[in-house]
Amino acid sequence: MLRTAFKVLILIVGLIAAPPAYAAGEATPIPDRKFSFDGVFGTYDRASAQRGFQVYKEVCAACHSMRLLSYRNLRDLGLTEAQVEAIAAQFEIKDGPNDEGQMFERPGRPADRFRSPFPNDAAARAANNGALPPDLSVMTKARAGGADYLYALLTGYEDPPPSVTVMDGMHFNRYYPGNQIAMGAPLNPDQVDYADGTSATVEQMAHDVSTFLQWAAEPELEQRRALGVKIIIFLTILAGLTYAVKRKIWADVEH
Amino acid sequence: MSIGLYKSEFSNPVVRWIDQRLPVFTMMQKEYGTFPTPRNFNYFWNFGALAMITLMIMIATGIFLSMHYVANTHLAFDSIERIMRDVNAGWLIRYVHMNGASMFFIVVYIHIFRGMYYGSYKAPRELLWMLGVTIFLLMMATAFMGYVLPWGQMSFWGATVITNLFSAFPVVGNFIVELLWGGFSVDNATLNRFFSLHYLLPFVILGVVFLHVAALHITGSNNPLGIEPKGPQDTLPFHPYYTAKDSVGLVVYFIVFAGLVFFAPNYLGHADNYIPANPLVTPPHIVPEWYFLPYYAILRAVPDKLGGVLLMFGSILIWFVLPWLDRSPVRSMRFRPLARPFFLLWAVNFLVLLWVGAKPAEGTYVLIAQICTAYYFAYFLVVLPLLARLERPLPLPESISRPVLGGGPLPMGAAAKPMEKA
Repeated sequence: MLRTAFKVLILIVGLIAAPPAYAAGEATPIPDRKFSFDGVFGTYDRASAQRGFQVYKEVCAACHSMRLLSYRNLRDLGLTEAQVEAIAAQFEIKDGPNDEGQMFERPGRPADRFRSPFPNDAAARAANNGALPPDLSVMTKARAGGADYLYALLTGYEDPPPSVTVMDGMHFNRYYPGNQIAMGAPLNPDQVDYADGTSATVEQMAHDVSTFLQWAAEPELEQRRALGVKIIIFLTILAGLTYAVKRKIWADVEH
Repeated sequence: MSIGLYKSEFSNPVVRWIDQRLPVFTMMQKEYGTFPTPRNFNYFWNFGALAMITLMIMIATGIFLSMHYVANTHLAFDSIERIMRDVNAGWLIRYVHMNGASMFFIVVYIHIFRGMYYGSYKAPRELLWMLGVTIFLLMMATAFMGYVLPWGQMSFWGATVITNLFSAFPVVGNFIVELLWGGFSVDNATLNRFFSLHYLLPFVILGVVFLHVAALHITGSNNPLGIEPKGPQDTLPFHPYYTAKDSVGLVVYFIVFAGLVFFAPNYLGHADNYIPANPLVTPPHIVPEWYFLPYYAILRAVPDKLGGVLLMFGSILIWFVLPWLDRSPVRSMRFRPLARPFFLLWAVNFLVLLWVGAKPAEGTYVLIAQICTAYYFAYFLVVLPLLARLERPLPLPESISRPVLGGGPLPMGAAAKPMEKA
């Protein structure tokens, strides 16, 4: 009986462990980057994510929107209410129509969504040589490899090998599928001035912004894992009790 | 049945009052309390109950999701992310629903394999089996339409590829496709009707499940030995014996389910579905959800479009006639020394098809898919019919209780007429 149960479990595990539904790409394998949120019990490094937000705000946000996030969400990164209000107020948000039927601009509030750099996709393309900078709200969930891939991409710019001719307006990146990416190397050493004195190397900024984007894509991750641990402990105990009850009930039956 | 109040045996006055007018308590007592169940089930017999529970979980989570979901091509993707971020416990409900689909298929696949291994489809359970295949087809339609709702890249392109398959049918093909689309491409009308049907079909499934269970309670359950119970010594009341045993399986199942939901919620999904649908950008590889990969592999194994579509549908429709393809009177593979390895090979073959379905349709992968497709059908159309004539089954035990309560199998002569024709 137990052997059969064990076999069933193996079958279930086997099915779950079966390769997920994506086909093999031709891109360079993504190296594994050590992040604070790795593993089953990992959590977000708040300091890193806050620095990452700074990188996003000062560098990425020039082209990339994050339209699914609101300024109020930044409280989850450890920013105070006052800090969040101050950040939101830096942005002019289009609102309206007012009583005269006119649209108007006002300072941002915590409840506003992150202001997008372009009013629409066509404007974004026009300003970017025809390429559309993707929205970054769920970026780590939208790319195989997640944060590891983002880090690899941001640090993967290099001179093309002699055999490769890079098209006009494109840039060589080791980890981008096809190796030619429209986005130029976005990060340069000391591009941002970290308030906590951390040295703003390209690797550090890439690490921080990957952490921030991972948080942006899965803000529920810490809560999810914490609840998961409790539920699995509860279920394990319940499984033991249920099995004991079953043994007791079946004790008088030959089977 | 005579007119008048039902003669209830319940003593509680309220229960009795209801039971006399509508004997639901008597029915529950009969079908889930004292229902005589073979005493020798193994844990494979948990999976019917697990499937039932999963259907309930899917309906419950789905109802709450639909309170927040918006079926509009411009809003669908964002409304899902709003559920994930702003709805109370929305991420939990959505991940349970999303991974619940995968768990549902795992459970139902094991349930089907169990039925095939122990010959549960044979007389007198043919109709029970066919209702089960019907449920599976409805599940596939429901899951497919549910995957379209988030309106990500794989939603859109999966829907485009799969609905286009129907255009392979001569004469009516294009009509069917336009009917599915509600227009001339996968668009807002498609999303709306898929949402409507995705809400409707689970209740159709529930209805067929009711028939499935009703038919089961006429014939009674099969069991690992594949022989009918011969009397009370072979059976146990469903409660408390199998309610207790199903509970063990259920809790273990929930542990696996929780592991997926809480620690790897996107593992079985595809990253491209977190990119909003874009009709102008085709993903490099369009793949369906993992549970459709075996059929996708069969579809792509055939160079001809109509042929591929027919084989793909045929791969499941053939299950309907399985009771008549396998004429061997012995149900359980335990007593079928030749059929057993062929069936286990078929199961492995199914998993290979699943694996190859995720690979690009080129080179060796196509060849593997073709060999596996050939064996998939050969098992049903050649192996089983031949074995029914050629195989010499092992001697069957005299009764379910005999091996447990002492006494070995009967001598060879007695096994010549192994199964009663009910």
